[in-house]
Amino acid sequence: MMIVPYSHILLLSSILFLMGMFCTVARRNLIMMLLGLEIMLNAAAIAFVGAALRWQHLDGQAIVLFILAVAAAEVSIGLVLIVFVYRKTGSVDPEIRL
Amino acid sequence: MTVHGIIFYLISALILVATGLAVTRKNMVHAVVYLVFSFFGSALLFYLLGAPLLAALEVIVYAGAIMILFLFIIMMLKMEGLENRVLPLGQWLPAAGLGAVYLAVIVLMTRADRGGQEPLEAMMALPREFGKYTFTHHWLSIEIASLLLLIALFGVVHLGGVGGGRPVEPETGAKEEEAGAG
Repeated sequence: MMIVPYSHILLLSSILFLMGMFCTVARRNLIMMLLGLEIMLNAAAIAFVGAALRWQHLDGQAIVLFILAVAAAEVSIGLVLIVFVYRKTGSVDPEIRL
Repeated sequence: MTVHGIIFYLISALILVATGLAVTRKNMVHAVVYLVFSFFGSALLFYLLGAPLLAALEVIVYAGAIMILFLFIIMMLKMEGLENRVLPLGQWLPAAGLGAVYLAVIVLMTRADRGGQEPLEAMMALPREFGKYTFTHHWLSIEIASLLLLIALFGVVHLGGVGGGRPVEPETGAKEEEAGAG
């Protein structure tokens, strides 16, 4: 059974990456910015899984495993930094002055 | 177009719509729930592209753990009335312009790439083979990832514990400077 060309997978993941980038740059809320980072990591993971299928090599899937670990570490540290800033300033606005 | 192709386009439409709704929601709880939909779609896509173990991990780690963590933090912090003001044009217009250029470059690049045009053959990497491959070829990276998670745990306990920020009441104005902010 044939699926789709690799370029379509790459296009999907780049549009997803773009959405995450837009969310990170344009929203004025630290939690939404962190969500944008998560979307970008997920888009990279989709591109890696497609590449693993295209070249029929398991290295792409192994890297997705590490992307999951890095995303878990990143989100826990990011959220605790947001809580830290919120305790200091009472706000999650990225433009707040400490 | 084969059945797999139709499934791929359906899933990608689901992912794009859910993510687009998520990044434009004003209510953050709605955004997180739409993003859970998007990650479920990604898990389906992983399964379609031949990675069943990664599909399961995507549901467990991304849609399960990370998004629930976001929900906890959103419910813990009180932030009504945030982002009510209109987004300034000078802030999101450069982002949109750069994004359009980036999208054009990606489309040109994928069109110019002759090798990526033929449809992919559907294959499945069994979890046993995948685990064996990962633990024989990438065992050092796995150890480093576990160390990274341990360090993240230390950081979370250090910053979010009793000593981090203002300890008890967020509203009262305790003004001590924390040494452990770095």
